Amino acid sequence: MTDVINTMPGMPRAVPLESETPKPAVDAITGEKHRSEFDVEINGTVGKPLVDNAKMSSRNCDVFYGDKQAIFGVDLDIGNNEIIAMIGPSGCGKSTFLRVLNRMNDTISICRVTGEHTLDGEDIYGKKTDPVLLRARVGMVFQKPNPFPKSIYDNVAYGARLHGLASNRSELDDLVEASLIKAGLFKEVKDDLQKPGTGLSGGQQQRLCIARAIAVDPEVILMDEPTSALDPIATATIEELMDELRSNYTIAIVTHSMQQAARVSQRTAYFHMGKLVEVNDTDKVFTNPEHQLTENYITGRFG
Amino acid sequence: MSNSNSTEIIRAGLKKRYAREKRFRLFGIASLMISFAFLLVLLFTIVSKGWPAFQQTYVKLDIVLDETVLKVNNKSDEDALFSANYQKVVRESLNKMFPGVKGRKQKRDLKNIVSNSAAYTIRDDVLENPDLLGTKQTYWFLAKDDIDVFMKGKIDRDLPEDERRLKDYQFEWIDKLIEEDRLEKRFNTVLFTNGDSREPEQAGMKGAIMGSLFTMLVTLMLSFPIAVAAAAYLEEFAPQNNKWVDIIEININNLAAVPSIVFGLLGLAVYINYFGVPRSTPLIGGLVLTLMTLPTIIIASRAAIKSVPPSIKEAAIGLGASRIQTLFQHTLPLAMPGILTGTIIGMAQALGETAPLLMIGMIAFVAEVPTGVLDPSTVMPVQIYLWSDSPERAFTERTSAAIMVLLGFLVAMNLIAIMLRKKFERRW
Repeated sequence: MTDVINTMPGMPRAVPLESETPKPAVDAITGEKHRSEFDVEINGTVGKPLVDNAKMSSRNCDVFYGDKQAIFGVDLDIGNNEIIAMIGPSGCGKSTFLRVLNRMNDTISICRVTGEHTLDGEDIYGKKTDPVLLRARVGMVFQKPNPFPKSIYDNVAYGARLHGLASNRSELDDLVEASLIKAGLFKEVKDDLQKPGTGLSGGQQQRLCIARAIAVDPEVILMDEPTSALDPIATATIEELMDELRSNYTIAIVTHSMQQAARVSQRTAYFHMGKLVEVNDTDKVFTNPEHQLTENYITGRFG
Repeated sequence: MSNSNSTEIIRAGLKKRYAREKRFRLFGIASLMISFAFLLVLLFTIVSKGWPAFQQTYVKLDIVLDETVLKVNNKSDEDALFSANYQKVVRESLNKMFPGVKGRKQKRDLKNIVSNSAAYTIRDDVLENPDLLGTKQTYWFLAKDDIDVFMKGKIDRDLPEDERRLKDYQFEWIDKLIEEDRLEKRFNTVLFTNGDSREPEQAGMKGAIMGSLFTMLVTLMLSFPIAVAAAAYLEEFAPQNNKWVDIIEININNLAAVPSIVFGLLGLAVYINYFGVPRSTPLIGGLVLTLMTLPTIIIASRAAIKSVPPSIKEAAIGLGASRIQTLFQHTLPLAMPGILTGTIIGMAQALGETAPLLMIGMIAFVAEVPTGVLDPSTVMPVQIYLWSDSPERAFTERTSAAIMVLLGFLVAMNLIAIMLRKKFERRW
């Protein structure tokens, strides 16, 4: 039973390995509901973690924060022009995995990432890879809307100016307008481009952040719970937006809302205690999950 | 049953809780009032003592610029014009006005109605226009400090003669001068245009003001960039949980608490004795005060940088900004109000600092107004100390006046800082 106590949810470490959990899974399911999850074995990933037309792929991904291991041997492909949702209980490593994909974890000095990670077949942790270029190609939208304390225009233009994507003012104007249109924000703010981005509502701010990410013309957009701070109407707007963006971009979204995952994604990956438990087409995950843990999670037994 | 019981217990305690809150608020108001009262007393004493120093008594004398008395034969001989004894024509003018003064002491007292700067005033005038020689001119000269102090009502006529600075015969002279409208109080420009002097009526604080200004400039130019760079490095780039970084952090915090005179000794030992920086100059003063100011600004800047929301930095990095770009385009601008506050606190400390400057020779008597960071000079707080130490009565009011100017300097510095901060805060 000490194993059980060691593995409280939210502590992404000390997941009992197969050899350390001699108890059969069947017994566990008959046990108490909130304990049953811990006793189910995670024996590799079930479903289809790999695809043929992978835009990004990770093999054997381990992530450590100091001594603590946060992610254990994840293999996952993200297909071209698909939306993949990553779900799982708090602390399961889904956000950490997302941040592996554009090396945001580099900013945390104690964080260490191993395994092979590629974008279009190029190693993104290779010595030759420049994280600045990588982040221009793999954009990110964060949980909390975080516009810069500058004007709406300057927010959207920031990345383009940074990378020198526009050669003159009118090109930049066009780029800002196009990005705002793609993010579905242009109509609302077209007369207020010089007003502060922080003065917008939460939903508008998040769409501004999406416009800001799009303006750099990335190939992949990573979204870390982009609607968790928003009301249902703003959430619906952003979900529609994601569907439109799918034709041009590859999107990976981390979400706590299973409904959202079901609505927007084509594939769903279920993480648990730092391990990737199941990846399947979204329909299959939510109607007929293969793994016991996935079923427990989506039926609301824990999470 | 137990429910209503709890309500009763809570109700019974309420009165006590409110009373405690009221007491606390009263204490707060009382302490505010006390500090305010002390501030008022302080300001009142300084202003009431220092106010008269902004006025200065002048004496009107008719001077005959007699070539024979001055012993100048050739008007175009500049050397002769320069070294002529102008003191003599002043004395002659006074002798003519008050004939029959006998005795060495009385004669000296008569001469001492006007400041000895009178001779220089005439000299400068004649050098500029040699044609004045042989004519009769009317001059307003600075009155000697004793006359000035009397005119400001600080000497009591009714005291016994041997207990006061001015004797009865001097009062007669003064009365005559007043009768002829030859004494007048004017705004004391000397206080702001002259350097220090042993004669109170000629002593000004321009030298100290310029010295302070140059010293502050050196301090600001050195400490601001060094401190901000150090703070930014420690917050954003230094490895976390590193032993060396921890040691540096502890030392910076300790340095902020080191008595300032120690920095003076350090400056003396290292800058002056080892590197040969000239003593008594704003340069060495600025170098020493930089040492003292650095920890203050570093600590404040680190707090300001730390308080910049990480989400903004992540957004910039997520868009492909490098760490340096993130620092200069987002972190530092957002931290600037806090950094400026720390800078102003540090600079205000440095402006009022005396002890370390005594160690590096800035307490020297310097009559010349410094024109650069390599000229010998003193600074305002040291000037205040020097004047407060002088025996002449007239220096008392000048000391208070200098304190007022120093406070004015501080207020001006704070105003600039507040304006800058407002400007940076407007970035929403």
